[in-house]
Amino acid sequence: MKVKQLSIFMENRAGRMAEIARQLGEARINIRALSLADTSDFGILRLIVNDVDKAMKILKDSGHTVSLTEVVAVEVPDSPGGLASVLEPLRAGGVNVEYMYAFVEKATDKAVVIFRFEDIDAAVKVLAKAKISVLPAETVYKL
Amino acid sequence: MIYSERFECMKRDELRLVQGERLKDAVRRAYENVPFYRKKFDEHGVKPSHIQSIDDIRKLPFTMKDDFRETYPFGLFAVPLRDIIRLHVSSGTTGKPTVVGYTREDLDLWAETIARTLACGGGTADDVLQVAYGYGLFTGGLGVHYGGEKLGATVIPMSGGNTKKQLMLMQDFGTTLLACTPSYALQIAEEAAAEGIDLKKMKLRTGYFGAESWTEAMRKQIEQRLPLKAIDIYGLSEVIGPGVASECLEQDGLHVFEDHFYPEIINPETGEPVEPGQKGELVFTCLTKRAIPLIRYRTRDISCLNEQACPCGRTSRRMERVSGRTDDMLIIRGVNVFPTQIEEVLMKVEGVEPQYLIIVDKTGTLAELEIKVEVSEGIFSDEVKKLEALRKRIFDEMRSMLSISAKITLVEPKSIERALGKAKRVEIRTVK
Repeated sequence: MKVKQLSIFMENRAGRMAEIARQLGEARINIRALSLADTSDFGILRLIVNDVDKAMKILKDSGHTVSLTEVVAVEVPDSPGGLASVLEPLRAGGVNVEYMYAFVEKATDKAVVIFRFEDIDAAVKVLAKAKISVLPAETVYKL
Repeated sequence: MIYSERFECMKRDELRLVQGERLKDAVRRAYENVPFYRKKFDEHGVKPSHIQSIDDIRKLPFTMKDDFRETYPFGLFAVPLRDIIRLHVSSGTTGKPTVVGYTREDLDLWAETIARTLACGGGTADDVLQVAYGYGLFTGGLGVHYGGEKLGATVIPMSGGNTKKQLMLMQDFGTTLLACTPSYALQIAEEAAAEGIDLKKMKLRTGYFGAESWTEAMRKQIEQRLPLKAIDIYGLSEVIGPGVASECLEQDGLHVFEDHFYPEIINPETGEPVEPGQKGELVFTCLTKRAIPLIRYRTRDISCLNEQACPCGRTSRRMERVSGRTDDMLIIRGVNVFPTQIEEVLMKVEGVEPQYLIIVDKTGTLAELEIKVEVSEGIFSDEVKKLEALRKRIFDEMRSMLSISAKITLVEPKSIERALGKAKRVEIRTVK
C-alpha cells in the first residue's frame, strides 16, 4: 500500500537533473513519477521508479544524498472534481498533506495523485473509511 | 606510561633551573654562530651575558615567520651544513617556503619528544602505530615515524591518502594507534561507512591528531565514529615539527615538553606577557635544538597556559587547544571571527557533519560571508520546510553565538574539496 519514493538533494546548478536522469537511464531504470521542489539555492527531486533499491544504490554510489520516503498513491477520476473528491475526506479527517503531485495514467481515464502525509497511517485509515482506492505499491512501480 | 619521568615530572623549581641553564647555552650558541641573531641581539642591546635565568628570556627579541623567509634557505642555522643530516620544508602559501634543518642530536631529541607524545596517549612498545601523516618534506610523517620506532611500537609508514588501503592495513595488522590530521580521520570514517566496514571491530585505541586546527565538537564526532580516544597533539616545523606538546589521556590541555621548548603567552598587539592563565599568542624558544636555536618564536597561534598539576602526574604546563591564529582571524563588518568558532557553531547544530567552506567575499564595498554546508543523510529531509528550518537554525546560531550574519548555502555531499593534508576551510574572494 505504501509506495517508496526516492528523495534526492540537488544544488540548483546547471546539469544536475540531466546527470541523475542519465545515470538512471543507463541502468535501465524507468521513472514512473517525478516532482521537483525548489528554492533559490537547492532543490529536492522526488522520484518513483520501477526498481527502488537499484536506483538508490546507483545514486548513493555516485555521491548523492538520497532518502527513502513512504508515500501513498491514490487513483482519482480524471474529470472535473476528481481531486476534490479525495481531498475533502482528508480535510474532514484532519489529515495534513506535506506535499503532493499528480500524473495521468496512460491506458485509463484515471489520474494518480501521490501524497506525502505527516501521519501516513492515519491518512490510510481515513482513505479506507471514505472508500477511496489506494493503489498497491507494485502497481505503481509498474504503471 | 610516562616516557621520561625525570623531565616530565620534574619539580617546577628544579625545571626552571634546567630551563635557565639551557637558555643561557642556546642564547650563546645563537649569538656566536648565527649572524642574524648576533645582529638582532646587538640592535636590541642584549648580550648573552645578560641572560642568567629563565626569567631573563623577556629581554630577548622575538623571531618572526618572516625571519625564516629573509634568511632563506639556511640563514638561521647555527651549525655547518655537514652537521645537518635532515632538512624539512613547510609549504609557503606566500613567497618562499620555510626551511628547517636537524643535526643528529636534534633528530634524537625529536624522536624523544614524539615517544613522549605517544606515551601521553597510552602508547607502548606493544602497539601497532599507523602513521597516516604525509611523508616527505612535511614534518608530520617522518617526525612521528621515528618517535614511534624510538618508543618501540610497530610502525606502519602508510603516509597520507589511499584510504581503502589504510583501512585494509588497519584491519589486517591490528593497528592500535593512528596518527593523522583530524579531518583525515573523519575521511577514513566516511570511507569505512561507504565500504560497509565496521570500525568498532578495529583494535584502534588512540588517535594522535594535529597539524590543523580542530574543535571539541570534532573530537566528539571522531570518537563516536572511530573506537579510539582522540588526543590533540601540537607542533610546528619551525620549532621542531609534531612533538612540541601533547594531551595526556585526561584530554584536558596539552603538556608542553618545556624542558626543550619553552612556552610563553604574549599579547600579540604589544608583545608583552599576558597575565597567567590569559589567552594570547604562543611563543616558543628551543632550549636544546642544535641546528636552529630558535629564540622566542612567535607562532601566531592563540592559546593559554595552565600551570595547575595534572592528575596524570606530569608537572609540565599545559597549553589549551589552539583556538585560532592571529593571522586567520576574519574581520566581517567589524566583527572578529576565527574559522574554528564557525566550525564549533556548525557542529553544535545537531547532525551537521564537519564539511563546510567559509567564503569571504570582499569584492563589494562590505565583506560578505557565506558558509557552504554539505547536506549529509543525517540532516537531509524530503521536505523543503525542514531543510529551510535547518538553514535558518544555522543562520540564527551564527548570529547569536558570533554576532555575524552569514548566508548559509546547503550543498551536495562531497562537493567541497577534500584535502589529504590540511583541510581548506576558508576562501577569500577579492577584486582581481
